[in-house]
Order: sequence, then C-alpha cells, then structure tokens
Amino acid sequence: MTFVKRYLIPRLISYFLVIWLGITIVFLIPRLTPNDPVMKMVDQMRARGSTLEPGAMDGIIHDLTQMYGLGGSWLEQYGDFWGRLVHGDFGVSFFQFPTRVNQLIGTALPWTMALLLTSTALSWTFGNIIGGLAGYYTRKRWSRSLDMVAMVVRPLPYYIFAFALLLMFAYIVRWFPITGGASLGAVPTFSWDYLKDVVWHSFLPAVSLVVLGGAVNFQTMKLLVQNINAESYAQYAKLGGVTEGRIVSKYIIRNALLPQITGLALSLGQVFSGALITEIVFGYPGLGMLLYRAIINGDYNLIMGITVLSIVGITTAILILDLTYPLFDPRVRYV
Amino acid sequence: MRTLKDLFKDYRFTFSFVVFVIILSMAVLSFFSPYDPTLWNVAPRDMKPSADHVLGTDSNGQDIFWQATFAVRNSLIISLISALISRVIAILVGMIAGYKGGAIDRVLMFIGDSLLVIPLFLIFVLLAMMVREHMNLVVLGLMLAAFGWAWDARLIRSMVLSLRERDFTMTAMLSGTGTVKLVLKEYLPFTMPLIFSTLINNMSWAIGLEITLAFLGLVNLNIPTLGTMLNWALFYQSILLGRWWWILTPVTLSLFMFIALYWLSVSISEYLDPRTRIQRVGA
Repeated sequence: MTFVKRYLIPRLISYFLVIWLGITIVFLIPRLTPNDPVMKMVDQMRARGSTLEPGAMDGIIHDLTQMYGLGGSWLEQYGDFWGRLVHGDFGVSFFQFPTRVNQLIGTALPWTMALLLTSTALSWTFGNIIGGLAGYYTRKRWSRSLDMVAMVVRPLPYYIFAFALLLMFAYIVRWFPITGGASLGAVPTFSWDYLKDVVWHSFLPAVSLVVLGGAVNFQTMKLLVQNINAESYAQYAKLGGVTEGRIVSKYIIRNALLPQITGLALSLGQVFSGALITEIVFGYPGLGMLLYRAIINGDYNLIMGITVLSIVGITTAILILDLTYPLFDPRVRYV
Repeated sequence: MRTLKDLFKDYRFTFSFVVFVIILSMAVLSFFSPYDPTLWNVAPRDMKPSADHVLGTDSNGQDIFWQATFAVRNSLIISLISALISRVIAILVGMIAGYKGGAIDRVLMFIGDSLLVIPLFLIFVLLAMMVREHMNLVVLGLMLAAFGWAWDARLIRSMVLSLRERDFTMTAMLSGTGTVKLVLKEYLPFTMPLIFSTLINNMSWAIGLEITLAFLGLVNLNIPTLGTMLNWALFYQSILLGRWWWILTPVTLSLFMFIALYWLSVSISEYLDPRTRIQRVGA
C-alpha cells in the first residue's frame, strides 16, 4: 500500500499535471498571439478570389469560429476544448475538408510508431553495447576511432544529417528510394514482398535516426563505463580474481545501464521531434509528413491534434519507463 | 595566456577556433557587402563559381558568397539572442530553485521538467504559424529563449544545491552577507564555466531549430539565414538541376558551425573538469 501512496499517486499526479500544462500551452498559443486564425482563413478565401454575399461571409465566419472553438469567453472555450479532447475529438481537418483529424492521424500513426520504435530500440541497444565495450577498452585504437566518429556525428541536427544521407544514397548512389513509405500502388498486405518494400523504403530514415541516437547513447555509455571501471569495487573485483566477463556483465554494464534507462525517458521528446523532421526529409508517410502538409496548408486543427497526441504519447511512455524502473534496479524498492 | 596555450593542445579546440575566426570574419564582411541581401536580380542568375562571384550566384539573382555572409551573421544573431536570454532565465530559475528549495523549487522544477518532456518542436511550429507575419530575427530568438532554459536551469540548480552545503556559505551567512550578494558574488563565479558551456550548446540548438523552421517555411524567407538559404536552394530544385554550389554553401557552413560549436563546448568543459581530461589523455 505504501507503494501506491508514496510513489504511484504522486507520480500519477505529476503525469497528469504535465499533460495539463502542455495542453494548456497548446490552448493558449493561438489566443495570446495577435493573429485571428478565423480572419486568416477568411482572408485566404478572399485572396483566392471567391466572392460571396456579405451575409454568407458572416455565416462562414460564425461557422469557422465554432469549428476552431473560438466562441464565448476564454473560460468557456477552455472548458469546451477539454470537453472535446476527453472525447478524443480534434475536429475537422481543413486541407482535406470533411475528413476528421482523428482519421488522418490514425492512418499516419502506425508508420511513425513502427519507425520510431524500431529505430529507438536499435540505437539504444547498439549505442549501449558498442559504447560499453569502447568504454571498457578505452585505450584500444578502434575505441578511439569510434569516439572520433561520434564526436563528428553527435552535433549534427536531424535535419542536416538526414538530408546528407538522402543526397548520398538516393541521389548520387541510387540504392534507396528518394521518397515514400512504400512503392506507388503497393497494396498493404502481410505478404513478404510488401514487407520487404516497406523496409527498403524506411531504411534510410531509420538509419539516420539510429546513427544520430546511437552516437548519443555511445558517448554517454562510454563515459559511464569509464567512470565505473575506475571505481574501487571494480578494481577490487579485478584484484580478487573475478573473471573479466563477469566483471563486465555483472559489475559494470548493469550499473551503467540504469542512468541510460533514465536517459532514454528524458530524450524521448527529442527523439520524437527528430523522427518528425526525418520523416519530412524522406517523405515518409507518418505523422511528420502529415504535420508538414498541415503547416503548408495552415491546417490548424490538424497541428493541434498531432501536438496534443504527441504530448500524451510521450508522457505516457515516460510514465511506463518510470514505473518499470524497479525491474532493472533492485536497489529501488517502493516499500 | 597559459590557459589558451593548454586549450590549443586539444585539436578540437584549435579546429573550432579556426572555424569561428572564419565564420566571424564572414559575419563582419557582411557589413561591407556590395549587395542588398533583400533585393533580387542584382547579379546574373545561376552562375557557377567564378572570379566575379566566388561562390556563384543563385536563381534569385543573388551572389551566394555575399548572401552567405548575411546568413551567417543573422543565424548568429538569432542564436545569441536565444542563448543569452535563456541563460538569464536559466540562472534565475536555477539559483532560486536551488537556494530557496521547498515549494518554489518544486514548482520551478516541475515547469522545467515539463518543458523537457513536451515535444518543443511542435510548440515552436504552432507559435511560428501564429506569428508568421511578425516573424523576424528578434521574435524568433525570443521564442527559442522562452523554451530553451529548462535543462540548463536544472544543471545550475544541482550545482547551487551542492554549493549551499559548503563551509564558505555558512561563513558568508554568519558574517552577514545578504542572500542576493551571496548568490551573485559567491555562487555565480563557480557556475560560470557551466553557464558558458550551456551557452554554446544552446546556440547550436537555436541554429538547428532555425534551420528546421525555415525548411518548413515558418520564418520570414526574405531575411537571409542559413535556414532560409537552404530553403530557397531546395525550392528551386538546385540538387536536381545540378546547381551544387548553391545547396552546398549553406549545408557546408552549417555542418562546420555545428561541429565547431560542439567541439568548443566539449574541449572547454573537459579542460575545466580535469577528471575527464585525465581519462581522455589516458594517464
């Protein structure tokens, strides 16, 4: 019971508070800025040359105000806003007009999830294994050259790196497709051919995410292992004749992994944003591409929907990581 | 002088230093540019690099080299506004949270941690869409500054937490030093190296976000920055049309800038923290 009272409840409260704060920011931004999204839409319609009677224009303004949830006082709007969110309703998309935002996100989400989950898992695993080894064998030449590579790759932003990969392997050497998530006209089935096609298309975006994320994991893991290796208990184990394999796996890696789990939780927001940018560069049909089209078309509801969904998604992922932490660290017990 | 000499022993510091000298001199050169960066068709279009136009010209009829000098200057301005203002916020939040503790600490850290968790990129997209017409260097810099302090405030806070327990804090308090004076005179000098390295990291973050937002067309495309240069080059399909000199200029400049900023921050913080220095040398 103490676990629930001392840990779970405070953690859940902070979980809901973060979501509340994030979504409140999303609610406030359009209202604090000088622009009126409704008038902007109307201006765009006027600019396209559609002439309407004055009465019809008023009707449109009224409807748009309702659809944006901009009627009434701020407090009422805020209530309505949450009312719709709780029912999972983000309204109607503007650039694909009667389609609901939920439906658009629903089609794009599996693509992003597949790309993000695979690449995060791969970059975390490989980054940590290679980083751990490089940290243990610091003085070996390969360890130093890997460190050099990480030094160059680490500062590159997702956008530049993804772009460089695209230039090299899709334009100059045409090994991979330039854009898309699958070949045109390919029918989604669970067949081997379709799967191969999807993997081939998502290879470059995945590589860019794995390499950039892996470089970060590599560097932190290397440093952690170096520090732990210098601790007296590791030295003592060595002097006491514990086998090297046992020291590495039981004494060093296990201790070094714990901060890395926290690191994974903290970096999720970054990784997610990075994945969106990567998708845009590679024309991958996930949330990032949807976001890009929403931005170009000024589709405000769709952007709000994607943002709210990502806030909830990321905080939930972190909550799950946090709650499963005792599984990895026997010293943490919620008693 | 000895510090500098020691720093130059690190090849990463030397590299960053050289890159910065080049980049800063480019930024200074922009004041002597023969062209107005906002005007189009001041030079022949799509010329390859030549004696007249060192880096060629683009499809807007602008000289790429001189355009790049403005781009570098403006990107630096954005990143400096963002980095300096967010440093002020980070120092204030970190010092207050660390020194006061209690409820203030919890509230401030909660806000900071939320900003770390929330996908800020999407928030910037929302913000940029809303202020699109009023977007300029200062607005963008302020926007980035408002959200870019969270992690660094946390670092400063943990440093203040440990400083607070040291003996000199007690000595200062017992001899009647006021809180403000104690924090400014005694704690700030200790946190200066940390603040400096986070300043560099924040600059690199700000330049990266500017490029991303420019790529999405969310900034004023008439103000040359590294991001808008890239945007124009992509807009005119410079890769497909084989105008490599156009696309390569902003890409190369930003690559060197990111690597230089990162190496500068790493080499300086390693110099300041001898433990990692020893590990690197392998002594």
